[in-house]
Amino acid sequence: MEQTHTGSYTPYHPRWLRRRLSTYWWLEKPAYLWFMLREGSCMFVAWFTLYLLWLLDAVLEGPLAYELFLAWSGTPWVVALNVVTLGFVVFHAVTFFQAAPQAMVVRLGRRRVPPGAVLAGHYVAWAAASVVLWVLLRGA
Amino acid sequence: MSDHITLQIARYRPEQESEPTFNEYEVPYTKESAVLDGLNYVKDRLDGTLVYRWSCRMGICGSCGMSVNGEPKLTCATFLADYAPGPVRVEPLRNFPIIRDLIVDIGDFMRKLVRVKPWIVREVDKPLSEGEYRQTPEQLDEYKQFSMCINCMLCYSACPIYGLDPKFIGPAAIALAQRYNLDNRDEGAGDRMEVLSEYDGIWGCTFVGECTKVCPKHVDPAGAIQRYKLTAALESMKSFFAPRGA
Amino acid sequence: MTPSYDVVLVGGGGAGLRAAIAIAETNPRLTIALVSKVYPMRSHTVSAEGGAAGVIAPDDSIEEHIYDTISGGDWLCDQDAVEAFVREAPQELLRLEHWGCPWSREPDGRVAVRPFGGMKKMRTWFAADKTGFHMLHTLFQTSLKYGSVTRYDEWFVTRLLVDDGRVQGVVAIDLKSGRVEAITAKAVILCTGGCGKVFPFTTNAAIKTGDGMALAYRAGAPLKDMEFVQYHPTGLPLTGILITEAARAEGGYLLNKDGYRYLQDYNLGTPQPHPVFRSMELGPRDRLSQAFVKELEKGRTIETPYGHVVHLDLRHLGEKEINAKIPFVRELCTKYQNLDPVRDLIPVRPVIHYMMGGVHTDMEGATPLPGLYAAGEVACVSINGANRLGSNSLAECLVFGARAGRAAAEYASRAPAVNPRVIAQKTDEHRRLEQELFSRKGRERIATLRDEMQKTMEESAGIYREASSIRTGIEQLQRLQERYADIVIEDHSRTFNTERVAALELSFMLDIAQAMLASALAREESRGAHQRTDCPTRDDQRFLAHALVSRNADGSCRLEYRPVTITRWPPAERVYGEGAPHVRSHHAADRPVSSGARV
Repeated sequence: MEQTHTGSYTPYHPRWLRRRLSTYWWLEKPAYLWFMLREGSCMFVAWFTLYLLWLLDAVLEGPLAYELFLAWSGTPWVVALNVVTLGFVVFHAVTFFQAAPQAMVVRLGRRRVPPGAVLAGHYVAWAAASVVLWVLLRGA
Repeated sequence: MSDHITLQIARYRPEQESEPTFNEYEVPYTKESAVLDGLNYVKDRLDGTLVYRWSCRMGICGSCGMSVNGEPKLTCATFLADYAPGPVRVEPLRNFPIIRDLIVDIGDFMRKLVRVKPWIVREVDKPLSEGEYRQTPEQLDEYKQFSMCINCMLCYSACPIYGLDPKFIGPAAIALAQRYNLDNRDEGAGDRMEVLSEYDGIWGCTFVGECTKVCPKHVDPAGAIQRYKLTAALESMKSFFAPRGA
Repeated sequence: MTPSYDVVLVGGGGAGLRAAIAIAETNPRLTIALVSKVYPMRSHTVSAEGGAAGVIAPDDSIEEHIYDTISGGDWLCDQDAVEAFVREAPQELLRLEHWGCPWSREPDGRVAVRPFGGMKKMRTWFAADKTGFHMLHTLFQTSLKYGSVTRYDEWFVTRLLVDDGRVQGVVAIDLKSGRVEAITAKAVILCTGGCGKVFPFTTNAAIKTGDGMALAYRAGAPLKDMEFVQYHPTGLPLTGILITEAARAEGGYLLNKDGYRYLQDYNLGTPQPHPVFRSMELGPRDRLSQAFVKELEKGRTIETPYGHVVHLDLRHLGEKEINAKIPFVRELCTKYQNLDPVRDLIPVRPVIHYMMGGVHTDMEGATPLPGLYAAGEVACVSINGANRLGSNSLAECLVFGARAGRAAAEYASRAPAVNPRVIAQKTDEHRRLEQELFSRKGRERIATLRDEMQKTMEESAGIYREASSIRTGIEQLQRLQERYADIVIEDHSRTFNTERVAALELSFMLDIAQAMLASALAREESRGAHQRTDCPTRDDQRFLAHALVSRNADGSCRLEYRPVTITRWPPAERVYGEGAPHVRSHHAADRPVSSGARV
């Protein structure tokens, strides 16, 4: 920890020691590192969003653009980036879901839905959304 | 059955030094000895100059929060045997200015607490002659958890956001604001919203979640903050689509 | 510039905060200083568990609460004070409800009440088993909205400023800086609580060192009924941590080593599966603690590495009930005794809990010294007599905190200005503190003297006392006073010097301890918590009176007696168990305010 000071001691005047957090505070505890990874994962979520927008753009431009996009996507570094991104996005989703029961109180009538059920609800919703998308895309 | 364990205690003597140092003391312990018992042994028998706060020794007054092996703990409810064979490092709570040895200044929290108006706010007070406000056990459960805060400051010590930006109003103050917001006798949520939705209010929190983990009374300040974010977001949407006076 | 206020409060617990609010509401123009050696929310009120008594149930009556309190106090209570207390308690508790206290509730939303020891009806308001904690935080948080209150957190008061017989402020050390300051005021209210720390084994927190009693005593105010010290029958044997009476009120049993509910042998009724008012485990604390000693003498207690114990059995209540009504008991047992009351017996033994005695005040909290008031455990009005009933003290903090606050506000509004002369006393006090505590190189450790004082008190003023042991104690205390002059203070820092505070607290406690023993020796009878083996019966002829002890200039004690105020309840025998009297209320006017609203 870094130290800063408010001068030397004068009788009857407390001299407090103020310490600043070190720049590397997030390496001090596994929990803090985990938190930083979770925060960092949003960069990858952003990358996925951009990637999807490009895909959409290519599809709208026509078959040629689409082919070019596919070829670009197949290059090793884009594949590698997307694999890493997938990992982080799943991590992001899981930690987000984990946090959900703490952030929202769901009520059925007068009873509070237990946190475990709220968490399970998120996964069920995720699975359901995936199935619906799958069916739609298959049908298209 | 009395074993000994070494305490490495952070000392800061403002009259003499500008850096904290560590002193080592060997104290006896049994399986029931709290870290606080170790400190009292040092104070009473080995070194009368060590200073720290304590009072109830039963985990309810909130005085004896310190950093034990790097984790914020109530020293009266943390036991030496759990750290055997030692040594045990005892330091002042992080993120606060140190006054001396293990004593930190919590004046910042005391000033923030007042800002969130931690009392019942009502347009019209019910006269005493009309009896109590009705509150069912379910309504009590709505805020009860947040009313258990003993102001021990462990959550501020665990919160890196508070460490980086001391202007952040912090976990306990927000939890206590929520304690009143969720109380069916209270009508002050609007007043508190102004303070809580400031830049240094709830939006300062990035949900590290450590405050909840270190809370000795299971208050869950992180939950209180996230719930309040949801409320505040809904409120601002409401006022966007249906502005006041419309 | 010496800070000056209309009223200075010393102590920020239940009584102090209630008094502060009362002053602010009585006259918003009055300035108030709240001086406390700890942040107010650390005050010992925080540790109270079981509840606060106030008549609210439809089948209860003011009359019955009065009778329970007076008989519980073995007729040493001033009956006019008890009557005022019982009438005002429900309103005060209700006021706290309006301020947000999370009282436990009935399913329909009304405040719930539970039974308690020595009480004939359910009248104890509770917030699970953290009642004191919730009351204190409610009061503290509510007090924050009054701009007229200036807090002096972590300031230790070392003496009262007295000029011309009138108390006009305090001298205090600001612990953070080490500065010694005078804070002047037209009126001072002491709300510093009790002094359990004069004994070795106590439920009391480290801060309960009798500061306010000693400040008043040294300034010339008498202490009253100091011989009456309450042992709570159920403390955890190692730490002295309190296991609330609510554990028995919810149905817990006290068992000896044979698993026998031994209280039935001591005139406390016959055992029933469920709790019965004023019977067995719901008897008064003095009788239960005395029964423990008798069991010990019969060899029927359980020997443990931490002394002899009996067992508190909660297992039959079941996990659900324990979690709902007394969760803190479970938390404390798990943490500090390594057992779970859902499955295990809890070892318990009597533990010093409360001082019935204190600074002599009238019903408005006024002491004989003009300008000096006291409320809460530090004071003796007396509503507790020779033995306090559980759950009366939290309500007492509110009722008499408010009364003292209003009376002091009234006094300060018309009192003449503070005489500037008193500020000179600060210089004297500063010099004394420097000389006594910093310039001295003595040999005696504070902790050693404190341990010896505590041992002396336990041996001479325990549950049972006798003249010879009290006399020995008095001699030992005298020697400790002499040795105190030779203490060593290793810490010469001005910043947060807790060793200096400990020395001043020890000095306060030695004075209080002497007053206790002097009163105990003079009371040659057995009444309530004061049981003399050499004078085993109650003697109304000689001792239906309050003992007032004053301090002579040389530090010795001077005793006088003052008759107890008896109004409508002539002294009678205390009966518990089946024979317990049932007092009916005949007056509609006795209906409490709150239950009237619900008819």
